[in-house]
Amino acid sequence: MPLRPITITVNGIPRSHAVEPRTLLVQFLREHCGLTGTHVGCDTTQCGCCTVHLDGRAVKACTTLAAQADGGEVTTIEGIGTPEKLHPLQQAFRRHHALQCGFCTPGMVMQGIDIIRRGQAGDPVTIRHELEGNLCRCTGYQNIVDAIHDCARQCSRGAATAAAGQSGLANGA
Amino acid sequence: MTMVDFDYTRPRTLDEALALLAAHPEARPLAGGQTLLPTLKQRLARPTLLVDLQALGELRGIRIDDGTVSIGAMTRHAETASHPGLAAAIPALAFLAGGIAHPQVRHMGTMGGSISNNDPAADYPAALLGLGATVVTNHRQIAADAFFTGLFSTALEPGELVLRIRFPVPRRAGYCKLANPASGYVTTGCFIAETATATVRVAVNGAGPCVFRLAALEQALAADFSAAALAGFRAGPQGLNSDLHATAAYRAQLIGVAARRALAMALRPPVGTATPLAA
Repeated sequence: MPLRPITITVNGIPRSHAVEPRTLLVQFLREHCGLTGTHVGCDTTQCGCCTVHLDGRAVKACTTLAAQADGGEVTTIEGIGTPEKLHPLQQAFRRHHALQCGFCTPGMVMQGIDIIRRGQAGDPVTIRHELEGNLCRCTGYQNIVDAIHDCARQCSRGAATAAAGQSGLANGA
Repeated sequence: MTMVDFDYTRPRTLDEALALLAAHPEARPLAGGQTLLPTLKQRLARPTLLVDLQALGELRGIRIDDGTVSIGAMTRHAETASHPGLAAAIPALAFLAGGIAHPQVRHMGTMGGSISNNDPAADYPAALLGLGATVVTNHRQIAADAFFTGLFSTALEPGELVLRIRFPVPRRAGYCKLANPASGYVTTGCFIAETATATVRVAVNGAGPCVFRLAALEQALAADFSAAALAGFRAGPQGLNSDLHATAAYRAQLIGVAARRALAMALRPPVGTATPLAA
C-alpha cells in the first residue's frame, strides 16, 4: 500500500512521517520518532509494556494503529520527566523500589498516572484491579502498588488533572 | 508481528463510511480495533481497507430517555462504565462494561465492535440478550434475540453497520462472569433481568458457541424472583464448549454459579468489580 503521511503530536511536538497504514503506534514511536522508552513485551495486548497516553487516556500502543492516532496527542514515558527532574510517580517508584529489571516500568508508570488521574488510586485493591493489563515478572507487584498509592496520597487529584501536558501530575507537584 | 497489508481511511460522515464499505466488499469497519488488530496480526482476516469510524460523532454517546437507554456503537467501554446516568438506570450494564478486559482496552474498545464480532467469550452479548435490547443499523432494527446467530456470527449483512443499541430500562438486573484469570475472557457468565413488564430474561455467555437464553430459569424466576427459585438448578453440558480452560461439564456447573451470583446482584445492587473465578 502507498505510504500515508500522518502527524501525531508526541510529547508536545508534532511529528510527521509517511507510514504504511499497518504501522502500529508503538512502531511509529520507536522506529520513526526514536522514542524507545515505550517497550514491546508481548505484542498481544497482554503485558502493558507499550502503554502510552492517547488524547489523555492510557492505551496499548501495540494494539493501536499509528493512523488511528493521526491528528491526536500522545504522551510517552519520555514526556513526563527528565533524569534530573523525575515525575512524582517516577520518584515514588524509586522510593519504593518498584522496579527490578525495569522492562515493564514505562508501561507501569504511564498506567499508574492514568489510574491516579481517574481517581482510582485510593486503595491497594482498586489499584491492583486497575493494573490488570500490566504484567511484571520481577517484583510481585507489591511495591508498584505501594508507589502508585503513595504518589496518589501525596499529589492531589487536582494536581493530577491540572498538570503539565495531558498526562497528569505536574513535575514536582 | 507484521500485519497483512491493508489501506486505511477515516471518513468524516456516516454516508461516506457506508459508501466506502459498499464500494469495497473486502473492506472492514474499524471501531476500537481491540479485537480486529490482534486478528490481523494473526492473519485470521485479510481486509484490503480499514474504514475507521472514530470521526463519526453520531455513533458516540449515551442518551437516556423515558425508560430507554441508547448507546452509540462507537461508545468506548470506559465511557459506558463511568456514565452516571447509565449507572443509575441500568447499574448491571455499567458494571459489566467496567469488567471488560482491562483499562487500556476499555479506553479503545466499543460496544458496536464487540457485538458485531460476537465472540462467545465477550461480555456485551449477554447484556443485549438479557435486557432484550434492539440493535439499530443503517438498514433496520434487529432484536437481540435475532441478532446473535452463532459462533462469531450475527444477523448483519454485508455493508450493514451497527449505529446504536437501545436498551429498555429493566426493573432490576444482575450480571456475573467467571473469567479466565489470565486472559479475562468469559469462561461462563450469566445476565438476569426482570423487565419493566415483569417478564424475566436469562442470558448465558461464554458457555456455548453463542450467547443463549435459559428458558428453564426464566420460568422459575418469573414465578419467584428469589434465590429459592434457583435451588436445585443444574444445567446440562449438552452443546456447551470444551477447551483447554474448561470442559463442557465444568461450564455447565459454572452456569449455576454465575446465575446465583447474577441474581444476588439483581436483588441487591453490588459494590465492587468482576467476580474472580475461584468459586
